[in-house]
Amino acid sequence: MSSLATEAPVAHQFETADQQREAATMGMWLFIATEILFFGAMFLGYTVYRLGYPQAFAEASRHTLIAFGGTNTAVLLISSTVMAFAVRAARENRRGLLVTLLLVTSSLGALFLVIKGFEYSKEISEHLLPGRSFQIDAADPAHAEMFFYIYWLTTGVHALHVTIGVVLITIFAIRAWFTDAFVNHDTAVDLLGLYWHFVDIVWVFLFPLIYLIDRHS
Amino acid sequence: MNANTPAARTYVVTGAALLGFLALTIAAAYVNLGPLNTIVAMAISLAKGTLIILFFMHVRYSKPLLWVFVGAGFFWLGIMFVLALSDYMTRRGW
Repeated sequence: MSSLATEAPVAHQFETADQQREAATMGMWLFIATEILFFGAMFLGYTVYRLGYPQAFAEASRHTLIAFGGTNTAVLLISSTVMAFAVRAARENRRGLLVTLLLVTSSLGALFLVIKGFEYSKEISEHLLPGRSFQIDAADPAHAEMFFYIYWLTTGVHALHVTIGVVLITIFAIRAWFTDAFVNHDTAVDLLGLYWHFVDIVWVFLFPLIYLIDRHS
Repeated sequence: MNANTPAARTYVVTGAALLGFLALTIAAAYVNLGPLNTIVAMAISLAKGTLIILFFMHVRYSKPLLWVFVGAGFFWLGIMFVLALSDYMTRRGW
């Protein structure tokens, strides 16, 4: 499409702007591959313990707060959709729209963290933080506690990723607003979008594994 | 050009489908399907993840070499799961 921006200038090791963009995109996916394995190890730990102690995990899962988790899933999915439009705005060199959509995305990310914070605080008051004060009404409290170890670890590391995303997206919005850094240079926004969508995908898998194990009984 | 931007409608439809799947997975969790509950939940998550990768992350519109890079990450994840679980799931008393 001729109306789309072409990346300029092209670094000397690349023949074309498209080649430069492809190389950057592959580098980002390589980073995402390391992230898949990083989160994958935690998902594997979850899988092993859940296979070993299915009843304890089912009981513990029913103590999680699905209203918070469900709302947060919707918030992240919507933020990803907005981010997709932000990447599109950058590609089309629509600066005002890009700034607006980036700020909406980072606000939704911040909303996710606020909701998560309220959820954490409620769980702490319900003694669901593993440690000396941990208390749960379950047949096998030791392994129910293991579920909550994994819950706090995975959601904590995920929340850290969301925080990094919110900070980066806000910085990008500020740069897009005050400089012309992304005019004809939209690859960086594209890669930021890949990161944000990846963080969304991690949550898409965490959500049912944490909140939905055994809701029906 | 490498990454053609899809029509705006594609993003709207993808986003709506993702929210639809979210409602579906919550609803399905409250129905007793026995061991199928986990399988249904994971199938829905896989569908959501695939939609995000193909449309939001533009892999659908990318060259085959990028598909290799994307696939490699998940392939290694598969190796980790298959090798680790082939141990744990065949242990006596686990």
